[in-house]
Amino acid sequence: MGLNKSDMTLLIVVAILALGAPFILNPFPVDSGMAQFNAGYPDLMQRFVIFGILAIGFNILFGLTGYLSFGHAAFLGVGSYAAVWMFKLLSYNVLPAIALSVVVAGLFSVLIGYVSLRRSGIYFSILTLAFAQMSFALAYSVLSNPKFNLTNGETGLQVYAGDPQIFHREGLPDVPHLFGIAMRDNFLELKMGGWEFTFNNGYYLCAIIMLVVFYLAIRLFRSPFGLMLRAVKSNQNRLNYTGLNPKPYTLAAFIISGMYAGLAGGLLASMDPLAGAERMQWTASGEIVLMTILGGAGTLIGPVLGAGFIKYFENIFSKINDNVLHQWFAFMPDGMEDFMVFIVHPFVGKGWHLTLGILFMLVVTFLPGGLVEGGQRIANLFRNRGKKKGDDDSYKPDPEHHPKETPHVAE
Amino acid sequence: MDAFFLQILNGLDKGSAYALIALGLTLIFGTLGVVNFAHGALFMLGAFCAVTLQRLLSLSFETIDETKTDFLGNPLKVKTPYVEGWFGPEIGGSIIDWAVPLSILIAIPFMIGVGYVMERGLIKHFYKRPHADQILVTFGLAIVLQEVIKYFFGANPIQTPPPDALLGVVNIGAPLGLELAYPIWRMVYFLFAVGIIGGVFSFLQFTTFGMVVRAGMADRETVGLLGIDIDRRFTFMFGLAAGVAGLAGVMYGPINPPNYHMGMDFLVLSFVVVVVGGMGSLPGAVLAGFMLGILESFASTTWATTTIPGINQIIIYLVAIIVLLTRPRGLMGRKGVMED
Repeated sequence: MGLNKSDMTLLIVVAILALGAPFILNPFPVDSGMAQFNAGYPDLMQRFVIFGILAIGFNILFGLTGYLSFGHAAFLGVGSYAAVWMFKLLSYNVLPAIALSVVVAGLFSVLIGYVSLRRSGIYFSILTLAFAQMSFALAYSVLSNPKFNLTNGETGLQVYAGDPQIFHREGLPDVPHLFGIAMRDNFLELKMGGWEFTFNNGYYLCAIIMLVVFYLAIRLFRSPFGLMLRAVKSNQNRLNYTGLNPKPYTLAAFIISGMYAGLAGGLLASMDPLAGAERMQWTASGEIVLMTILGGAGTLIGPVLGAGFIKYFENIFSKINDNVLHQWFAFMPDGMEDFMVFIVHPFVGKGWHLTLGILFMLVVTFLPGGLVEGGQRIANLFRNRGKKKGDDDSYKPDPEHHPKETPHVAE
Repeated sequence: MDAFFLQILNGLDKGSAYALIALGLTLIFGTLGVVNFAHGALFMLGAFCAVTLQRLLSLSFETIDETKTDFLGNPLKVKTPYVEGWFGPEIGGSIIDWAVPLSILIAIPFMIGVGYVMERGLIKHFYKRPHADQILVTFGLAIVLQEVIKYFFGANPIQTPPPDALLGVVNIGAPLGLELAYPIWRMVYFLFAVGIIGGVFSFLQFTTFGMVVRAGMADRETVGLLGIDIDRRFTFMFGLAAGVAGLAGVMYGPINPPNYHMGMDFLVLSFVVVVVGGMGSLPGAVLAGFMLGILESFASTTWATTTIPGINQIIIYLVAIIVLLTRPRGLMGRKGVMED
C-alpha cells in the first residue's frame, strides 16, 4: 500500500484497535462496580472515531504547517448542516449526505483559507476565529429567519415529516441508513458470561471511514507534499528564498483539513440527524485544538489518541458523583473519606472542564509533544536503563544545517 | 440627530470595556511579547471581585423582633447585615449600596497580585516558546479560572446593582437642546474608563518608570544592557494590565450581570479589537475599542438590521477581516511588530 514497515504496523495496530473496539473498550463485566468505566457503547465509540477524524484533519494543518486555526469547528458545523439538508431533501441515505458535507466544507474552507492564509501567526489564528464566530452568529440567528430558514437557529436543523425526501421509499428505515442498513441498529450483541459487547452499524461505518482517512493522512505525511508542509513550518523564509511559493501548499493543507472536519460533521449528523449552531462556537474549535495538542501535534497517532482521551474522560468523569467517590474511598477512616471526597469533588462530575484545563496546561508546559512524547519518554527510560549515561544514540541535529526550529512569526 | 448621538452614546459603554481589555492585552503584548488568552478571564475575575465584596458586605445575622409577627403569628426574624450592626443602619446601608464602586479598592491589589503570580508562575516560562504555545497555555489557564469561578459562584448571572444614587436615567443632551436619555451608570463607566486610560497613558508618558518601560518596549536588550532590571518592570506592567482588566470588570457588573463565561465572550472581541487597532499600539487599541463599540451600536439599529439582517452580530468580525486584509498592520500598528 505504499507504506514502509513502521507505518504499516501503525496502520494495522490502529485498524485492530478500531475494529475490535467493542471488545477492547468493554473490559469490565456489566454488573461489576467497574462497569462505569466501560466505553464500549455505540454512542461513545462513534464519537471516538468521529472526533479522531476531526483531529487527524486538524493535525494536517497545525501539525505540519504550524498554522494554528482557532476556527476549525466552523467546518464541522457546515458539514453537519449539509448532511442534514441532504436527509431533508433526498433521503436518509448517508452516502450523499457525507459526500455533500465533505464538498461543502471543502468549498467553505477554500473561501476562508484563501483570505486567512494571507496572514500568518497570531493574525491567522484571529482571522480564523473571526470567521468561525461569524459563521456561528450567522447560523444561530440570521440564517434562520422565516423567509430563508437554512439553519433553524437555536432548535437546530432536523428532519421533519413534511420534508420532501424525494428518494425515500417504502421499506427503508426512517433513520439515517446506508442502503437500508440503519445506522443506529446493532448487527450483533454478544453476551459472554458477565460481559456484553455491542456491534453497531454506525460505529463500523465511522471506523472504516476513519481507517481510510487515517491511511490517507499517513500517505500525506510521507509524501513530498507533506515534506513541503513541514518546510513551511520550519522556515518559511528559506522556502521563499529557494523560489518556492508556500501559499498553494498551505492553502491545500487548509482545504484538506477543512474537508476532514466536514467529513466528521457529516458523520456526526449521520449518527444523529441533528445539526446545531453550537457545534461551530469557538469553544468547540478550542476543543479540537486541545485534542490535537494533548495527543501530540505533528505525530500521526497523537490526534486520534487525544480525541479518544478527551472524549473518554469527558464521559466517564462527568458520570462520577459523590456517591461513587464515597464508594472509592470507603476503605479509609470516616473523616479521611469525607476529606478525600471533598478534595476530589470539584474535579469530577460537572468539574470535568477544570480537570481538562489543568491537564492541558501541564501538557503544554511540560510535554509539548503531548501523550505521544510522554509515551516515548517512558519507552526511552526503559530502553536506556541498561546503558551507560552519555552513550544514547539518539539523533543529534547538526547545528549548522538544522538550526533550532523557529516559529514562523517574528519574535 | 438625537438618534445619531444616542447610538454613539450606546456604543460608548461597550466600547469602553473593549478599549480597557484591549489596552491591557496590548500592554502585555508590547512589553512581554506574550499573547494572553487569559485576559478575558482577568476581566471576569474583576467582575467577581465586586460580587464577592457585595456578598461579604451582605452577610447578616438574625435577630428576633418581638414587636412584629409574621403571618403565622410567630415573632418575626429580622436579618441585619453585620455592617449595619457595626456602623448603624445609615452608614452601613450606604456601604452595602456602594459595594460595586468600593470593590475597586479590593480589586486593585487583588488583580495586581493575580497578574504578578501569573507572570512569575507561568508566563515567565513561555517567553522563549512559540506564540502558539503561549496562546495554548493561557487558553488552558482561562478555562481553569473560568471553571473555578463556576464552581464557587454557579453558572447563572449574578445581579450586581449600582448604588441607588447612580441608578436611573439622565438627559445629558439638555445643554445642547437634544433629547438624550442615558443611564447614569453607563456614563460613570465611560468616564471611569477614560480616567483609567488617561492614567495609564500619563503613567507611561510622564513618569521615569513609564519612560523605562517604553524604552524597554522599543528595545528590550539595550535597556537591559544599560543595567536596568527590565524584567521586573515588565512583571509590574503585567500586573498593571491585569489590574486594568479587573477594574473594567468590576465596574461592568451593573451593566451586564457577571457570569463565568463573560470573560471568554469579551476576549474574542477584544482580540479582534487589538488586531484592528494594530498589534502593539496602545492608542490604536483604545481607538479601535471605542470605534468598534460605536460601530456595533449603529449596526444594532432597526434600520441596519432590516437592511442587512444580522449585521449587528457580525459587524466587528467583518470589519476585522477587511482591516486585516487591507491594512495588515491594523489602524495604528507599528512596523516590525509580529510580522512574518
